[in-house]
Amino acid sequence: MQIQRDQERKELVVRTVVFTPFSIIVMVGGFLLLRNNPMSQILTTLFAIVWGTFSVLALFYSMNLIVQLFPTRKYNKIIPFVFVGPAILIIGWYLLIPTVRSLVLSFMNRNSTAFAGLENYKYIFTDSTMRTAFGNTVLWLLFGTAFAVFFGLLTALMAERSAIEKLGKTLVFLPMGISMVGAGVIWKFMYAYKPVGANQTGLLNALVVAFGGEPKSWLGTAPMNNFFLIIIFVWLQTGFSLVVLAAALKGVSEEIKEAARIDGAKEFTVLMKIVLPSIYGSIVTVSTTIMLAALKSFDIVYSMTNGLYGTEVLASQQYKQMFKFLDYGRGSAIAIIILLAVSPVIYYNLKEFNKREVF
Amino acid sequence: MKGTVKMTRSAKIITLLLILFCLVWTVPTAGILITSFRDSDAAASSGWWTAFGNLKDFTLKNYDEVLGGQRFTVGTAGGGTAARRGASMGSAFLSSITVTLPAVIIPIFIAAAAAYAFAWMSFPGRRILFAMVIALLVVPLQISLIPILRDYQKIGLNGTYLGIWLAHTGFGLPLATYILFNYISTIPRSILESAFIDGANHFTMFVRLIVPLSVPALASFAIFQFIWVWNDLLVALVFLSGGGQMMEVVTVRLMNMAGTRGSDWHLLTAGAFVSMILPLTVFLSLQKYFVKGLLAGSVKG
Repeated sequence: MQIQRDQERKELVVRTVVFTPFSIIVMVGGFLLLRNNPMSQILTTLFAIVWGTFSVLALFYSMNLIVQLFPTRKYNKIIPFVFVGPAILIIGWYLLIPTVRSLVLSFMNRNSTAFAGLENYKYIFTDSTMRTAFGNTVLWLLFGTAFAVFFGLLTALMAERSAIEKLGKTLVFLPMGISMVGAGVIWKFMYAYKPVGANQTGLLNALVVAFGGEPKSWLGTAPMNNFFLIIIFVWLQTGFSLVVLAAALKGVSEEIKEAARIDGAKEFTVLMKIVLPSIYGSIVTVSTTIMLAALKSFDIVYSMTNGLYGTEVLASQQYKQMFKFLDYGRGSAIAIIILLAVSPVIYYNLKEFNKREVF
Repeated sequence: MKGTVKMTRSAKIITLLLILFCLVWTVPTAGILITSFRDSDAAASSGWWTAFGNLKDFTLKNYDEVLGGQRFTVGTAGGGTAARRGASMGSAFLSSITVTLPAVIIPIFIAAAAAYAFAWMSFPGRRILFAMVIALLVVPLQISLIPILRDYQKIGLNGTYLGIWLAHTGFGLPLATYILFNYISTIPRSILESAFIDGANHFTMFVRLIVPLSVPALASFAIFQFIWVWNDLLVALVFLSGGGQMMEVVTVRLMNMAGTRGSDWHLLTAGAFVSMILPLTVFLSLQKYFVKGLLAGSVKG
């Protein structure tokens, strides 16, 4: 018994001594190699997939070997940190620490060389472009969310009762797979404008002309252009709301609905008094999620109007301040404002988490 | 109700209304798909809905130009001219693949390992660390851009594929850990216990049991992350811009096309379609997993 255990231990030590340096060399070597972008794209991709998978697994494997050299009691104490360690370190570097750093930067001047007090925040709340951005963001939050949730609910209710449930859902859901830039191009084409008399190539203006109206530059006139941008967002997000709400509707008890109908309740009453209250939780979740998306969406404005004609929103202003005007102070301050706006959701999520029994 | 039994009148009306709604939802995409196959003159002078009246106007040339880069002639030093091709959607497509696949694969095992520890091991700080993951689920990634960009400039990761993989890994990890935790914590305790009695250590457990058992959850996250990374514009603009035109991904390329060739609808629509084809294929064929990922937590920053 003792001999066998010694044998096993020797084997473990040998494996650790051989494998750990090997995996460190592969990890660091791959990192340095990839940093210099020396290969063609296809080779880089293949190399990265193999290197990435191998490095991650090798990291856990060799750390596990090292910890196994300790007695079992120590092993059980250390091993959890081996497993959560990489994730926590990466999340810390990419999300947690940057939050603090951005907060600090938001009180500094444009290139972070001197303390600027509340200057950046004063700018955010007084500048006229920023005021437009705030106003428009509120429009996005209100109308983007309301319409996406409403249409999602409407289609979910219709799909349930129709003969084309699956196809209908897929078609409405499809835009979720399209990028905001792609959606931007799709809708820019819908909104395309040609002067009076020319053949309209944009569907919307063609319809207007067909009904005897004058073609309009939909994206060029404030404040209505904001709504034409929001339509794109609604078009993208309705599918999400449909899918979540349709799943929730499946959970509403048939028996209660049936009982109400037998008692003489009209279909509309059943909907308002039974169905909607029972999926209330899902409606709140969907609304919150879509609001978060509206708050952070920058792509649509950036690729459609670049913030011109009074269409600026907070997220697009943030990008511009950072990367066009290179004002890190103001850029960070806007990021902090966006963070403050989502903080109620963070608080709510943490409260829900606290209720969970598993922890 | 469906198929065999006759539909009620209200079901018929609802079906009709839904068809109408779907039509409105699909027409914009159909418009660019049709235009992308139309001759440049036809696309510029008439609406795409008239395209089927003139079938000879259909062409594949737009895709050739978009995928291979637009042809133009430049003067050479000797006084002659040479044919060149500009930046193309073809190379952007390759670049997007280069960005996306590792950015999907690298976070998976890191997140799975963390989820395993959170679900099945007890250690000091477990609660507070998991609370951190939950809190960071919805933190807008805008908050990280400037600090991370500075770090990247210091260590030479700016404008490299490695840098953007790591960035997407960092931004995707909270969601990945959360989805995988929800799944891994439901694995029956008895399965794990019997493996430990057989003398397995945590690494063998993880590779032999946890990962194979979690495949559905891994797939959900993978699909979600794939579509998210492929369609991302912001992260690519910030961390990949230093890498030059060859590294541009499809979303950035398409945005630039919309800026410079804003009225060349025959090219722009073809470009848009090239940028959409892969995520839409993945999306349609693996919709089930995507929906699961979405339901599990679509609140990514």
